[in-house]
Amino acid sequence: MLGLNRKDTILMLIVIALTLGAPVLLNPFPADSAMAQFNAGYPDLMQRFVIFGILAIGFNILFGLTGYLSFGHAAFLGVGSYAAVWMFKLLSMNVVPALVLSVVVAGLFSVLIGYVSLRRSGIYFSILTLAFAQMSYNMAYSVLTPITNGETGLQVYSNDPQYLLGNGPQVTHLFGLEMRAKAVVEMGGWTFDFSVGYYLAAIMMLAAFYLSLRIFRSPFGMMLRAVKSNQNRLNYTGINSRPYTLAAFVISGMYAGLAGGLLASMDPLAGAERMQWTASGEIVLMTILGGAGTLIGPVVGAVFIKYFENIFSKINEHVLHGWFGWLPDGVEDVVTWILARFVGEGWHLTLGLLFMLVVIFLPGGLVEGGQKLARLLRRSRPDGTTPSNTPAE
Amino acid sequence: MGILEIKGVNKRFGGLQALGNVNLSVEENTVHAIIGPNGAGKSTLLNCLVGKLIPDSGSVMFAGQSVLGRHPHEINQMGISRVFQTPEIFKDLSVFENVLIPCFAKRDGAFRMHAFETIEHERDIIEQAEAILADVNMLEKRDMIASSLSRGDKRRLEMAMCLVQEPRLLLLDEPTAGMARADTNNTIDLLKQIKAKRNITMAIIEHDMHVVFSLAERITVLAQGTPLVEDTPENIKGHPKVREAYLGEAQV
Ligand SMILES: Nc1ncnc2c1ncn2[C@@H]1O[C@H](COP(=O)(O)OP(=O)(O)OP(=O)(O)O)[C@@H](O)[C@H]1O
Ligand SMILES: [Mg+2]
Repeated sequence: MLGLNRKDTILMLIVIALTLGAPVLLNPFPADSAMAQFNAGYPDLMQRFVIFGILAIGFNILFGLTGYLSFGHAAFLGVGSYAAVWMFKLLSMNVVPALVLSVVVAGLFSVLIGYVSLRRSGIYFSILTLAFAQMSYNMAYSVLTPITNGETGLQVYSNDPQYLLGNGPQVTHLFGLEMRAKAVVEMGGWTFDFSVGYYLAAIMMLAAFYLSLRIFRSPFGMMLRAVKSNQNRLNYTGINSRPYTLAAFVISGMYAGLAGGLLASMDPLAGAERMQWTASGEIVLMTILGGAGTLIGPVVGAVFIKYFENIFSKINEHVLHGWFGWLPDGVEDVVTWILARFVGEGWHLTLGLLFMLVVIFLPGGLVEGGQKLARLLRRSRPDGTTPSNTPAE
Repeated sequence: MGILEIKGVNKRFGGLQALGNVNLSVEENTVHAIIGPNGAGKSTLLNCLVGKLIPDSGSVMFAGQSVLGRHPHEINQMGISRVFQTPEIFKDLSVFENVLIPCFAKRDGAFRMHAFETIEHERDIIEQAEAILADVNMLEKRDMIASSLSRGDKRRLEMAMCLVQEPRLLLLDEPTAGMARADTNNTIDLLKQIKAKRNITMAIIEHDMHVVFSLAERITVLAQGTPLVEDTPENIKGHPKVREAYLGEAQV
């Protein structure tokens, strides 16, 4: 189907099913049960899952395939957001021109940064990209305030020109379909939100995933993996690696631009903090945690980190007391005190520990962990079916 | 006029004169061996031909064009392929992918944005790659990851990667080093076969005299960065200067 072989078609269909079914799948607990706080099926969070999924899928095309580790990808995310908000200010609240411009501007910006940074490799490349991103971040707060609106952040004001607004909606929309609109379905104790914003972002992510799948299976993708494996041999085989790495850099920059544009489409606001180095680091974490160089890993990593950030951080000592109330008093205090260090504001600690465990024991990321588990389960099946050797997805 | 003309090439590394006034001409369609003791400058000379090093002075002409100052990929696209002293392969890729890459490089040139084509659909390229793997007896290893190959297989794979490009000039830096006797003989046969099948010029660096005398039509002896003599294998064997500089310490 669509130029994919059987195995990839199945993978694509699974990803489509999971993505489109997410509003249901992520809300497994009844709305008024104690476990409801672990539900992730609300639009705001699901949008983050898929938008950061796009970001990580794109980053993986650069880092996972070529091995060039960029520490400045948040700059493209930020640029994409600014471009989108400017479209809202100048034209209308329709997201289409906003998304197009955010991809184009991020693409141009990444040509510039990539062209310079790719003259070096290894750690020097990483430092160059980091320097560029920090420069952009600082400029957004200083000389570029007419464009970025400095610390306040760029947003839409009622006296903005909005030449094409007419009497269209005042909130972001897709040809009239408002991003915040949603259908709420109640079934028994369960509540499911189907939001326009989520489905727009989800379809974008599916397109991004399909594109990356095609790139992985293309001669171009193979050349990128060859860059990572042995750039020297590649050059002596008649291949100029520079345009290949630049193309990968620009593609991943455009993915980041799209993600930035989508963030602004869900909430028409852009701030410089989106470009900070911690944001760039988060992209690296997502990709490595999920599995760099694997197809699905980056999305898994993005979902994982965003889930932690939003769900784990909400569990506080009060909630813990509720859970462990059945323990004897003294014991309960100790248990909740210890656990409290790892949840709430301490979620970074849990994430950090998890990251270390993954890097040490599962260099292929969570995806590798999943594959190992699947293989173990298959081997222990009593009927003795031979475990098949599925290559890394 | 040979296909490769090296004139007055000098190369210094700090105080060391690695190459001193090297003149060498390789005739088209011959196998030209370059021999000499360790540190004679043989690999350095090859590095000057493929764009890895730039000589301090002198000229290197290939098929009437200078190679000096060109990038390695440009020199390869001119028709020079090289096998390295320690095998240079794509160790994380499969054996098959290792030979696919030179096939694409030959057909599509130094860069092409083929991001929406699928490798599986490139019938011609796949056939070429399978044919060369069959030639080097590695077809049954096509799905192995290259890093898991034996040293001998890595060398054969690298050779296949170079041969599939059908270069006009093939440079081989000790192609049989680290191979078992049987593998060495296979390699000799393979190179003879290739030579018989198509127009190809080879410059080969080798310490194994069995290989040298089985293949070479001309031999240049390099010592301390300077060519000592150049002659046919028969004449080299008995040459007193060669015995003194080189063969004295190796088995003939
Ligand atoms: N990049 C370099 N920097 C400094 N010195 C070098 C460099 N490359 C080679 N040399 C020196 O130049 C001399 C010639 O080296 P070269 O590798 O060309 O010898 P060779 O004839 O290939 O020897 P072998 O038979 O051991 O491979 C040696 O003394 C070596 O140490
Ligand atoms: Mg050498």
